[in-house]
Amino acid sequence: MRDKILFVIGAAAILLLARDINAIIGLPEERNQGIIFKIIFFHVPMAITALTCSLVAFFASIAFLITKNFKFDAVAVAVTEVGLAFLAGNLITGSIWGRVAWGIWWTWDARLTSALVCWLLYAGYLMLRRAIEEPTQRATFAAVFSIFAFIDVPIVVFSIKWWRTQHPAPVFWGGGSMPKDWFALWAWNVLAMMLIAIVFTAVRLRQEEFQREIDSLRREAHAL
Amino acid sequence: MGYARLGYARQVATIFTKDLRAELRTKEAINASLSFALVMLLLFSFAFDPSEETTREISGGLLWIVFAFAGTLLLNRSFARELGNDCLDALIAAPIPGSALFLGKALANFVLVMAVELIALPLFGIFYNVKWTSQFPQLMMVIVLGTWAMTVTGTIFSALTVNIRLREVMLPILNFPILIPALLGAMQLTSSLVAGKPITADNDAWLKMLIGFDVMYTAVSLVLVETVLVG
Amino acid sequence: MNAVGVEGVWKFYGDYPALRDVNLEAEPGACLALIGRNGAGKTTLLRTIAGFSRPGKGKISIFGNSPRDTEARKKMGYIGHGISVYDELSALENLTLYGRLYGLADPRKSAMEWLERTGLERVKNGLVREFSRGMRQRLAVARAFLHEPRVLLLDEPFTALDDRAIAVLQQVLREALASGKTIVMSTHQLREALELATHVALLNRGQVAFHGPCTPEMAADPGWVYARYGEG
Repeated sequence: MRDKILFVIGAAAILLLARDINAIIGLPEERNQGIIFKIIFFHVPMAITALTCSLVAFFASIAFLITKNFKFDAVAVAVTEVGLAFLAGNLITGSIWGRVAWGIWWTWDARLTSALVCWLLYAGYLMLRRAIEEPTQRATFAAVFSIFAFIDVPIVVFSIKWWRTQHPAPVFWGGGSMPKDWFALWAWNVLAMMLIAIVFTAVRLRQEEFQREIDSLRREAHAL
Repeated sequence: MGYARLGYARQVATIFTKDLRAELRTKEAINASLSFALVMLLLFSFAFDPSEETTREISGGLLWIVFAFAGTLLLNRSFARELGNDCLDALIAAPIPGSALFLGKALANFVLVMAVELIALPLFGIFYNVKWTSQFPQLMMVIVLGTWAMTVTGTIFSALTVNIRLREVMLPILNFPILIPALLGAMQLTSSLVAGKPITADNDAWLKMLIGFDVMYTAVSLVLVETVLVG
Repeated sequence: MNAVGVEGVWKFYGDYPALRDVNLEAEPGACLALIGRNGAGKTTLLRTIAGFSRPGKGKISIFGNSPRDTEARKKMGYIGHGISVYDELSALENLTLYGRLYGLADPRKSAMEWLERTGLERVKNGLVREFSRGMRQRLAVARAFLHEPRVLLLDEPFTALDDRAIAVLQQVLREALASGKTIVMSTHQLREALELATHVALLNRGQVAFHGPCTPEMAADPGWVYARYGEG
């Protein structure tokens, strides 16, 4: 049953993505930036997906600390890994855009820098997990760190914004504008990304459950 | 058997004195931290020309990198000190709240890190020909706030990493990214204070952020420390 | 009221249950010896009773309180594998420190008393770092008994002790039992343990395989419990 649902979501995500890509190819070039403008249809949805992942990881971590149910720990780690992948996608697309628009691969602009800091924060989470052997302690310590990291995200974003900003004003919420039908297309692509993230998370979640079962069987074998 | 009423403050003070006394007997960590700070100050003089005006402009950044790296050596020892004879077990078993244990240790770390910083600061002034004393009270306030940020997260992460392999490496990997906002604030403010410019409406947002960071992470650490200690 | 009560306790490492539905109790004045092979869960059980980690399911009570309650913690004394004293501090400083943490009325006086009882009063100002192994172990005993605990939790107390430390420990434990205190100890040294034990519990893969009073045939032949109930 779970497999079938997952399959349907995955198929929907791929179809939606294919449709979106097709539509995006058909769009005219933007007046100032040219074709590279179209990267925004992927760049921003990836950031939104990554941010959603960190939010889910935060609540899953709190839920683990309260209930000590390992399902929440599995959700936290799965969603963090997927979020990291999307954040990496966001950084890479941002970098490509920067190369074309500004002529440089990397600039220490506020958004890029804070995305990188967040990426490092959650990479630290995964490294901490790898270093701890005992599953209960691993889950507890990782959950504590995840809470610390999530609280840091807004502080990082604001402090780096004050430090210096050189990013183009965001297209949404920041004075930029986009034709209405383009926005609808963009919103559909956010949905496509979210669906992909859900499928990835579910697959990773199952892997984590198997891993836990294997660990427990291994301990059982050692005890014999 | 009469148990005297032991106030929370006295429990914190007991842990605080114990940690300081144990460290000052051997001075292992503080000596290592101090020599490391000196080495870094020396290395920076090769990386950046000390006589250049531009180096003085980034002095706050240099100083806080020295503080953060040297401080890590001290913070690493904080819970590792308890491992040798399984002392952590006895502390957890003792009838004091986890938060008192945490606060005592964090305060002891704070004093040790401050001591290293207050020795490194005049040396920095001499080596780089910086008149750092002109805004002394405000500079001290920034150093106190920045150092507390470093020690509060450093102490809780020292507890998280105490039992794992690669403890010494993991602590800075976890602590520095979390600290970035606090370090940014401390660097900004220190640079202008060292240059003789007091904190104004222009940069007091950084001061507020530093205070907010300290308050927020102190509160979260106090709430979560019992979970870290006993699960 | 039972001094120590363990009701339906499960402890998990991930999905693996290290303790499976453990039920035990010890009355005041009882000495319960936990025996079993390596990895049977003796240390896990003792540490869970001591409150170092929470059980996954079930309930532990120390005179009716949860082990993490301040009242329960004041009543417990724990000796684990390490000596739990600081090498950089002197014997007296170590004991005074723990006396303060336990909120004793006069930490220094209690510390001096216990230094005397363990034969360490001459070296009270010596740093633990300079102590011989036997002296360190006696100091560990003094540290655990300083606050007059009513429940003693001992993890392999006789392992690696020298003769004098064993004598001191057995003496102190006998006095404790005579004055109505409760002891729970895990042990491999069946002979030393069964001299004191009033009850025996055999753990096998996290389960209690046997729990009952210590009978003359057990005291006569320490292998008897294993042969009868173990490894099944």
